Amino acid sequence: MKRSRFWSWLWIGLGILYFFIPLLATLNFSLRMKKDVISLMAYEKVLADPGFVKSFTFSAEMAFFTILASMILIVPTAYWVHLRLPQAKPIVEFITLLPFVIPAIVLVFGLIRIFSRPPFVLTASPALLVAGYVVLSFPYMYRAVDNGLRAMDVRSLTEAAQSLGAGWGTILLKVIFPNLKVALLSGTFLTFAIVIGELTLASLLAWPALGPYMALLGQNRAYEPAALAIMSFALTWGMIGLIQVFTRGTSGTALGGMK
Amino acid sequence: MAFLEINNVNKRFGQFVAVEDFNLKVERGEFVSFLGPSGCGKTTTLRMVAGFEMPTEGEILISGADVTHKPPNQRNVGMVFQSYALFPNMTVADNIGFGLKVARKGKDEIAKVVDEMLALIHMESFRQRYPYQMSGGQQQRVALARALAIHPQVLLLDEPLSALDAKIRVELRTEIRAIQQKLGITTIYVTHDQEEALSLSDRIVVMKDGHIEQVGSPFQIYNFPETPFVASFVGTLNVVDAVVRDPQSGALTVDGQEIQTAQPLSVSAGQTVRIAVRPEMLRMTANSGSGGTNELSGTVDTVTFLGSIVRVQVRLEKSKLFFDMFNNPHLVPPQVGEKLTVYFPREACLVV
Ligand SMILES: Nc1ncnc2c1ncn2[C@@H]1O[C@H](COP(=O)(O)OP(=O)(O)OP(=O)(O)O)[C@@H](O)[C@H]1O
Ligand SMILES: [Mg+2]
Repeated sequence: MKRSRFWSWLWIGLGILYFFIPLLATLNFSLRMKKDVISLMAYEKVLADPGFVKSFTFSAEMAFFTILASMILIVPTAYWVHLRLPQAKPIVEFITLLPFVIPAIVLVFGLIRIFSRPPFVLTASPALLVAGYVVLSFPYMYRAVDNGLRAMDVRSLTEAAQSLGAGWGTILLKVIFPNLKVALLSGTFLTFAIVIGELTLASLLAWPALGPYMALLGQNRAYEPAALAIMSFALTWGMIGLIQVFTRGTSGTALGGMK
Repeated sequence: MAFLEINNVNKRFGQFVAVEDFNLKVERGEFVSFLGPSGCGKTTTLRMVAGFEMPTEGEILISGADVTHKPPNQRNVGMVFQSYALFPNMTVADNIGFGLKVARKGKDEIAKVVDEMLALIHMESFRQRYPYQMSGGQQQRVALARALAIHPQVLLLDEPLSALDAKIRVELRTEIRAIQQKLGITTIYVTHDQEEALSLSDRIVVMKDGHIEQVGSPFQIYNFPETPFVASFVGTLNVVDAVVRDPQSGALTVDGQEIQTAQPLSVSAGQTVRIAVRPEMLRMTANSGSGGTNELSGTVDTVTFLGSIVRVQVRLEKSKLFFDMFNNPHLVPPQVGEKLTVYFPREACLVV
């Protein structure tokens, strides 16, 4: 008993060191822009740079539209699969996992090839970027929504609403979406985290997004990229923390409490 | 014309026949139960009335109108589910008001109906609760109120009590019946619990393998089952083999002891038939029915104490019979190994 305790703690300790030493080193480094004193100067510089603000705003906008499009696409699809086509579940699941199998670089070349010539010339439109991001968000958004749907009795709720006179639109808007609130929140945060730092699609489609900005900064500066890395970590962790806060203690049926 | 008519309805899932040649006429305000074992097609039939399934053949009429192909949200039929199916994101009041809101009724009217419904189920103080803040029994009462709030033409309940514990089940079924009678609403109630069906219904439809075995009042179903299945499914039965001695007079022997049926038998002498006797018809003392009494003697095999009753099993030669007696602390129950004679009226003897 004691022995195994010791070993598990050792492994956990090693894991923590493995993850946190680089992070702490980066943090430390990011605070050393002024010689011999700890300062937030690197952070100030980053935040004061109009390039940062612009690219962050742009990426945040893209994230917003990605999340919107992703929800509109995935919620009804996952709902219908749950309700009427459970046999299609493995297929849909496979499709949503494709972004893990197909590298973003392949996806973006495909997009450019198809959409850079008539009849669809979309390479100049941010819609193409959003479309690409929607694909990248599939695994996270679908999984979140799927979990949410599993946690409720989709069929009975649908039939109850139908027998009370509701049509499909009402059912989706008044019954399904509200009960997926927590699931959608976690899908939203994850998607946001993906989109905000995405590099490949943004740079190859030539958009002034945060990813390319960070890459550029990384090549030319020393302290600022470290500060940026710490900030993006903080952002991601903050979101994961928020997911935890929202999902804690709210089992599938208990979501009503947080109206 | 009956209020709800189910005419020649068949339902197949691929090759599988779930419901076969189903015919039923339900009068306005009637409470009809579908009773049968698991998988016999009760839910499927109910779902066709609700509009969640389309019959493969046949038609369904509500108040004279053919609704066979109407979608469920245009049928004005109230549905109560085993799993309650309350909307988790809405309060009790919003759940009950949902149907009226969908129908674009005014705020005041919705509030008024919600109040009425809450009073009907005696849950006025629960108005702002969420489903997860209530017990199963309370949730199911709200689900009933929600279904009734739209003033449906027909109320459908699919095993509404089977997720609840025994005590609440009895309480709530009495309440359901009271509300049903108060509102005079035409109701179909699906259950596989015979006690529920017998205590609640105006009529019971006993189903087996997708078809109707018998339709009748609880009294008819229990006392005059028309098929062996109904006899054995509804209530408990002693079933023993008997050899026909004289078909004309209804004389039979059970393990060599002679008994009589009230009616002549349709099989010839020497053949073996199965006869059934309800345990509550067996007595330890002779009291003759109108047509005389049968008696069978044997040895007490087992005595089981079940609280308010004591179940005694008597072995003849091969056959066994059991009967229940009320528990009386001042009387010594029969002892295992004791010789015992049981008596039952001739007309209690069903040939199955
Ligand atoms: N969608 C379906 N596809 C294929 N078969 C089905 C479907 N729905 C029901 N069945 C079959 O039809 C038969 C009747 O089912 P139904 O649900 O009506 O039974 P039930 O009488 O309600 O049983 P229970 O008491 O278990 O609820 C069952 O054998 C079931 O497997
Ligand atoms: Mg059923």
